[in-house]
Amino acid sequence: MEGVRTAGEGIHVLSFTSAAMSRSIRAGQFLNLRVEEACEPLLRRPFSAYRIEKSSIEIVFNVVGRGTAALRRKKQGDVLDVLGPLGKPFKTIDPGFDTGVLIGGGLGVAPLPLLTSALKQEGKPVVTFLGARSAAQLVTDHLENLHTATDDGSRGFRGNVVDLVSDFLSKHPVEHPKIFACGPMPMLRAVASFARASEITCEVSLEGPMGCGIGICQGCPVELAGPEKSYALMCKDGPAFDIRTIKI
Amino acid sequence: MALTSFRLAGLELKNRVLVASGTYGYGDDCLETADPGKLGGIITKSLSLKPRIGNPPVRIAETAGGMLNSIGLANIGVHRFLSEKLPFLRSVDTAVIANIAASTIEEYCEVLRILEGEDGIDGFEINVSCPNVREGGLIFGTDCAAVAEITRRLRALTKKPLLVKLTPNVTRIGEFARAVEAEGGDAVSVMNTLIGMAIDIKTRKPVLSTVTGGLSGPAIKPVALAKVYEAARAVRIPVIGIGGITNASDALEFLIAGATAVQVGTANFIDPAAGIKVAEGIARYCDENGIPDVADLVGSLDAGSGTSVLDSWL
Ligand SMILES: Cc1cc2nc3c(=O)[nH]c(=O)nc-3n(C[C@H](O)[C@H](O)[C@H](O)COP(=O)(O)OP(=O)(O)OC[C@H]3O[C@@H](n4cnc5c(N)ncnc54)[C@H](O)[C@@H]3O)c2cc1C
Ligand SMILES: Cc1cc2nc3c(=O)[nH]c(=O)nc-3n(C[C@H](O)[C@H](O)[C@H](O)COP(=O)(O)O)c2cc1C
Ligand code: FES
Repeated sequence: MEGVRTAGEGIHVLSFTSAAMSRSIRAGQFLNLRVEEACEPLLRRPFSAYRIEKSSIEIVFNVVGRGTAALRRKKQGDVLDVLGPLGKPFKTIDPGFDTGVLIGGGLGVAPLPLLTSALKQEGKPVVTFLGARSAAQLVTDHLENLHTATDDGSRGFRGNVVDLVSDFLSKHPVEHPKIFACGPMPMLRAVASFARASEITCEVSLEGPMGCGIGICQGCPVELAGPEKSYALMCKDGPAFDIRTIKI
Repeated sequence: MALTSFRLAGLELKNRVLVASGTYGYGDDCLETADPGKLGGIITKSLSLKPRIGNPPVRIAETAGGMLNSIGLANIGVHRFLSEKLPFLRSVDTAVIANIAASTIEEYCEVLRILEGEDGIDGFEINVSCPNVREGGLIFGTDCAAVAEITRRLRALTKKPLLVKLTPNVTRIGEFARAVEAEGGDAVSVMNTLIGMAIDIKTRKPVLSTVTGGLSGPAIKPVALAKVYEAARAVRIPVIGIGGITNASDALEFLIAGATAVQVGTANFIDPAAGIKVAEGIARYCDENGIPDVADLVGSLDAGSGTSVLDSWL
């Protein structure tokens, strides 16, 4: 553990070092952290990989319950038990698009910095939209070409981030876009319907309860599109899914 | 070095720690973190005749020291298991026990018949915690006559080890263990999950989509230990202890209470190598305490003059 620092109102960035993990993480993958050695809380907690700098790895989180409360109390020198990287990366290597349109809601910003670097390596320009309740909850570091929206209008567009995207793209159309979105479910639904209506390919990164993170408990079903009801696993087949493949 | 291997109904296992059904997939998802060849055995996810997609979300909820699940026996079905998973399992140097789930007795028989001739399947464990469609969804495992009939019918179909996995959601588990023994079952696995529930007080809705689910993990260990103790006193066939085992000392308690072997379940979700660590810890305990064979521990409980509340006042 390197430490935990504050990155916004109620927002914390935890960093630790692992040379092997820092080389193998791809944008969109997650890490499963064991919060305590005892059996309270019992299960690991999943977090997107947020930043990698040499062998140092960061996650960004807010305190929503006992696991995240305990993580905030971790100190430099503590040993963290981290399983990962887990899940499939975003599909950035795809000849079907030229520009990455990145959309984050709240801490849905977490996978966007690594995604930005991955897209730039592919030579693809990036435009980023970030929404939050107010300016204090916007985590704007390591993003490019950033446009912000806040519910209270304290920074950028007043209103929700999907309206901002729709407004922006109607005024500044981009060539062959692909949307990558991460955030709360209502926002992802709005992004998906916008993407469908404007015929833009779109990947959304989902969140939900996980038992194991590696595909052995069957605890994280994501309903697939199609006439017959069936499920994929969020942890193994996701957490990012093309919206054409899932019910959203 | 203490002797760790033993024979379970004629089947040689390298140690007394297996991974429990539904908590290790089909063995192929844990490879990066654990070497399944170091386990005493792998019990597969419950296999049904047709694939089952399982229950809608939410399927899991964490509780104090445990978790609730209502997976709905999501599995790829016995045919895809044979073509997609068994080849890998054959390559692992450990015993593979196929766990079977069904909604009619005929379906149990059919799945066992399909698996019986297959090379690489060393035995069967029967999950009787399934609703019997012919009896309006009554759980087979809570009906002693049904457990007896399932054991009798399946016994006639196989010479391989036949384990019946009992549910704790009954008044006297010893009677169910006796029924399995009387019908020729080779062992009983004790226990499956306890029925439990969690409620979201903000919405006043159940957390799980199925309202109730199965409780597992450290929270159930004391219950499981008492059930194993009860079953082990009721029968001569081996009892395999399951419930909340996360480390070697948990497992040792089960062995001392009368379990011939143990299974590690929920602990695999936190550490896929948990079973291997438990097996190594048991061996170390024996070495440190001068115990030549793990078998010496089985049923070694010194209850003194204590009378169990199974037969006295609480
Ligand atoms: C793939 C993935 C990536 C994630 N990335 C991040 C991230 O980068 N930053 C971040 O802050 N959070 C992220 N999350 C959510 C994070 O895992 C949860 O906030 C965390 O597990 C809550 O733990 P807790 O013990 O503090 O809360 P608990 O005490 O377990 O629960 C408190 C509240 O949080 C809700 N909750 C619990 N688990 C989850 C979950 N997995 N997803 C959503 N809500 C949950 C509960 O319903 C409850 O209302 C991610 C989740 C997934 C599945
Ligand atoms: C997510 C989950 C899925 C399970 N699936 C099965 C199953 O398919 N068949 C079965 O017989 N038992 C199943 N079980 C029960 C376990 O095998 C075991 O009996 C129970 O969890 C108690 O042990 P534990 O506390 O070590 O987990 C499942 C348990 C969990 C937590
Ligand atoms: S969290 Fe266990 S299968 Fe996805």
